[in-house]
Amino acid sequence: MLLCLTLVCLLCAAILGGVYAMTYKPIQKANENILKASIGAVLPEGGSISEEKTAIFDGRTYTYYEQLSGDAVQAYAVKSATSGFGGRLELMVGVLPDGTVNNTRVISHSETPGLGAKCQTDERFLGQFRGLAPSKVIKLRNDGGDLDAITASTITSRAYTLAVSNAVEVVKSLKKEN
Amino acid sequence: MEYLLIIISAIFVNNILLSQFLGICPFLGVSNKLSTATGMSGAVCFVITLATIVTYLINKYLLLPFGLEFLQTIAFILVIAALVQIVEIVLKKISPSLYQALGIFLPLITTNCAVLGVAITVVTKEFSLGGAEAHLLNLGQATVYALATSVGYGIAMILFAGLREHLAGNHVPEAFKGLPIALITVGIMAMAFLGFSGIV
Amino acid sequence: MSKWSLVTKGFVKDNPTFVLVLGMCPTLATTTSAINGLEMGLATLFVLVLSNIAISALAPLVPDKVHIPVYIVVIATFVTVLQLVMQAYAPGAYATLGLFIPLIVVNCIVLGRAEAFANKNTVVDSALDGLGIGLGFTLSLTVIGLVREILGSGSAFGFKFIPGDGMLAFVMAPGAFIVLGYLMVLFNKYLKKK
Repeated sequence: MLLCLTLVCLLCAAILGGVYAMTYKPIQKANENILKASIGAVLPEGGSISEEKTAIFDGRTYTYYEQLSGDAVQAYAVKSATSGFGGRLELMVGVLPDGTVNNTRVISHSETPGLGAKCQTDERFLGQFRGLAPSKVIKLRNDGGDLDAITASTITSRAYTLAVSNAVEVVKSLKKEN
Repeated sequence: MEYLLIIISAIFVNNILLSQFLGICPFLGVSNKLSTATGMSGAVCFVITLATIVTYLINKYLLLPFGLEFLQTIAFILVIAALVQIVEIVLKKISPSLYQALGIFLPLITTNCAVLGVAITVVTKEFSLGGAEAHLLNLGQATVYALATSVGYGIAMILFAGLREHLAGNHVPEAFKGLPIALITVGIMAMAFLGFSGIV
Repeated sequence: MSKWSLVTKGFVKDNPTFVLVLGMCPTLATTTSAINGLEMGLATLFVLVLSNIAISALAPLVPDKVHIPVYIVVIATFVTVLQLVMQAYAPGAYATLGLFIPLIVVNCIVLGRAEAFANKNTVVDSALDGLGIGLGFTLSLTVIGLVREILGSGSAFGFKFIPGDGMLAFVMAPGAFIVLGYLMVLFNKYLKKK
């Protein structure tokens, strides 16, 4: 009886170890692809992407990538996370050196399907961030800003907006340092 | 404050039955009678809290340090199954009266997805508590979360059992008899619980 | 029972959702759209077929006393395989279905088929049984997902054909219970054995 259980467990552990080893590389690659796709989606065309860099802003560490054309930085892609309604909301935000938001993209989220999860698809909401000028206040209208929230999903919209505004601040602080 | 937030959110806002859909099978199975519903809720409460503490520690001190996260599912379910067995044996020895009350429900709990669901949720999901950045729960928070979640399970189950006892005496069209009308009732109850989502 | 009927019985006669009423948690939780329902169904199908095959092959060798732990280990193994494969090749679906992939371990359909069918039938029959029940489950989930998606978001399989927001309640928790309840009524009335 014990022998049988032990044998089955050993067999299963062996199978799992094998599958884990086999899928390890593809999983890494899949994660990399998601990251690359999100960087590509938020930056303007052209230029080469730098290695991953980190910046500390407001006590938190942010990961960002520089898009270089020649030696000049053409745009930044900043990974920015906040708390949404259901948990962590992680965005990739493309910011031009003058502080204009180029585009935004959700990397991962745990918002409610049909409500907060619309932050990935709702054009009326996402369109506002495309080419958002530095003169605009990156806050929801309710909070005294210039942006409209997703219908019935204020908390998600607020988290999204905060993530974008943090990313812009990170870029501003980078410019100051240089 | 943080703990209060966890408790309210786990019991009402993200009620495990009515908004996360965990543990539905035993819910529909034993909510016919108020007494069995109460017994089941007690047993679930006990096992979820205990299992969450044990799996949390196993995850933190065995799986993570050795890079074995991929064994999470299999390790957790085995721990839960073993735990339920142990609880059953211990209960039988120590408190026969409690065993009488909870005993018949214990074997059913291994396959109650609420137990595994909560165990996995606390070690993988990042929670946002009162505007702070989302983070994983620590052991104290995880325990409170597990306890509050299972209390929420109990509340929903007992409320529904009460409704269902009344429902049994009413005339219901043939095709609606049994589960369909029960499901529709749960739906209306879930709608009422949606009202809580504004408070956190 | 002929081989063909083993595969088709899952659609109506032994439909896991509407007749056997098993695996309610993923049925309610993941059917926010037709695609999500379909993906969840296929994920369960994968585990069901493999675990049925493994268990029917192992059953004669396993002493009766430990058969449940052995089955759970076998099922958990295949679920973990599925998790790893999905992370590698379908990360999008893995992110959407989230918690409900590891929870296939405790889906009563899988353990139920192992106990009720696979441990006393041949490997081929068990594989077909897993396929049949799995397809029935996939079909039910897709239909529920489709109804909720049409009512709640005004689209079908992601194609929007009704402008506007739709009735949000159907995408959220209450809609899941209510849609399943009413579909069960229709099933009882028109499809259940005459």
